[in-house]
Amino acid sequence: MQGSFYRSLTRRRALAALGVAGIGFSLSSCGKSEQAPASATGEEKKLNFFTWADYIGETTLDDFKAATGIEVKMDLFATNDDLFAKMRAGNPGYDVIVPSNEFVTRMIEAKMLMEIDQKKIPNLVNIGPEWRDISYDPGQAHSVPYTWLVIGIGYRKSKVQNIPDSWKYVFDSDEYAGRIAMLSEAADVFRLGFKYLGKSVNDFSPELLKQVEDMLIKQKKNIKVFHDDNGQDLLVSGEVDLVVEYNGDIAQRMQEDQDIDFVVPKEGSLLNTDNLCIPVGAPHPENAHAFINFILDAENDKKITETIQYPTPNLAAKALMDDAYKNSPAVYPSPEVLSRCEYGRFTGAEIAQAFEAAMTRVRAA
Amino acid sequence: MQDWRRNSGFFASLAVPPVAWLLLLFLVPLGGVWLLSFGQNTGLTEITVTGTLANYQRALEPLYLEIMLKSLWIAGATTMICLIAGFPVALAIVFAPPRAKTWLLLLVMLPFWTNLLIRTYALIAVLRTNGFLNAGLGWLWDGLSGLLALLGLGSLAPFQPLHLLYTDFAVVFGLVYVHLPFMVLPLYAALERIDRSLIEASLDLGAGHLRTLAYVVCPLALPGIISGVIVTMVPALGAYLAPDLLGGPSSQLIANVIERQFKRANDWPFGAALSFLLMYATFIALFVRAAVARSRGGGGAAL
Repeated sequence: MQGSFYRSLTRRRALAALGVAGIGFSLSSCGKSEQAPASATGEEKKLNFFTWADYIGETTLDDFKAATGIEVKMDLFATNDDLFAKMRAGNPGYDVIVPSNEFVTRMIEAKMLMEIDQKKIPNLVNIGPEWRDISYDPGQAHSVPYTWLVIGIGYRKSKVQNIPDSWKYVFDSDEYAGRIAMLSEAADVFRLGFKYLGKSVNDFSPELLKQVEDMLIKQKKNIKVFHDDNGQDLLVSGEVDLVVEYNGDIAQRMQEDQDIDFVVPKEGSLLNTDNLCIPVGAPHPENAHAFINFILDAENDKKITETIQYPTPNLAAKALMDDAYKNSPAVYPSPEVLSRCEYGRFTGAEIAQAFEAAMTRVRAA
Repeated sequence: MQDWRRNSGFFASLAVPPVAWLLLLFLVPLGGVWLLSFGQNTGLTEITVTGTLANYQRALEPLYLEIMLKSLWIAGATTMICLIAGFPVALAIVFAPPRAKTWLLLLVMLPFWTNLLIRTYALIAVLRTNGFLNAGLGWLWDGLSGLLALLGLGSLAPFQPLHLLYTDFAVVFGLVYVHLPFMVLPLYAALERIDRSLIEASLDLGAGHLRTLAYVVCPLALPGIISGVIVTMVPALGAYLAPDLLGGPSSQLIANVIERQFKRANDWPFGAALSFLLMYATFIALFVRAAVARSRGGGGAAL
């Protein structure tokens, strides 16, 4: 694959012009499996893909079909909990799912994920070293990083006095009363609260939880809505001026609305990755491996990244992106800010439930 | 037409599919959830049914009872508004000419042709800060301001959009919009059955229109009013979508809490206990209403 990657790098423009045909060509040179996909995988030419909304390239699924003949059926989920609840009673037939890091741990613990055969995914070499052996999935046996994300504050430039570069503006201040949208994911909100108070996102203690809970109850009158990961829409429609959201979601909309910007608060934030995984009971595991390998191809992932505007752990794809993307502080916050960001660790169902109960108390107060 | 008593086997066999449907797809799963409410989490996906009452104990904490009371209050307000708005509509349909009647009933049922989710999303576009309602009001306001300026009376302050979306108001608004047909249809059925001569007699004997409505029409329509209230109130009590999409930071109803137990909190036993608590309350209310109806004699036909 390395060879084909360099060739596609040098032929970037030509390939872009050739479109689907170009990708088919670049892939057909990578191995036998793409020349005779059906017999190679030995499976019917179908794949059931369960992912987030706005989270794949415009032509990726068509390109994959053109290259392999495998038809991808895509279903969408809105939160990791939706995904987990759906898989909990047994895999309803999905081949590739996209859980975030904490849920990768949770799903491994619940024995929901198949081990990935890394030999079938040669394009893994494109993934940057910092994502190759990661705390939430030691040895990367069950997951392949697809994007990484950081939570920050999206804001409307014309409606703020200064850049809202502290969690204070959303957690502990009435400066933007009634113009704030907060994430509704309890664990994320509380962990960011810990961060604002100068603690680690993983510093769970009942006292700290209570402290953030009281802070949120006090702040609630200033919050307009707890959003289900649709904060970017609330910002674009002018419903709110400050929104706690993932960088990629805001970066997508920054392309269409120049008045929107994004900042990772100076206290640091929560890092996430979303990961391609194959659930236990997947009806087409061979196709799933082929699909993951296809996505990890530099040119293919570049097209995805151009659409979804999330930071990619795929260094080969990142190298193909234009400078506007590579240098965008929203997509790639400065290393200095990133050094203060952490992954949230899944440390047991009790703590997840404690976050949830605290959120219920906040909402009811 | 055969007498069903003489051929009861045939008619009983007709009942098999619906009974099987009800049993397999409703009562059995419901029983499963009921059992879960006496269980405890023993792993991320394993639940052991131990007969524990801990889930109910937790569900009866003041926090959750207050959320249930709030749900009851929102559902009650929804039902009252539906009744007040639906009664004149039902009455108008009853007294409309027969040809118009069909069309009017069709109009009442028309919203059912659109998915509930889409109808609720559409309300977001209506109610939001830059939504249709605020745009309409802003247009009227500017028009008024321009008129005043034209008359030399100065102009009004610029229009400030109303905060409609993400409030309890928006939740009730959405619930009323969705549940209004549930109220109008039973009311229509009850009003349609009233013997017109009773109304004529009341009017002939000197009662005004309002008195006739209060002392003749309403009591006769009572069974319809009660069933309208029940079929509106029960689903409104379990409303999930409207508070989720239209509600603000405090618009958390019991169905949203239940949903979170099954999803985010991954605590199915507790979610099951909360749902069944709601169901027990509904059953008790229906039982009390049936008992009252029986002691009054008749009237139970409304159900």
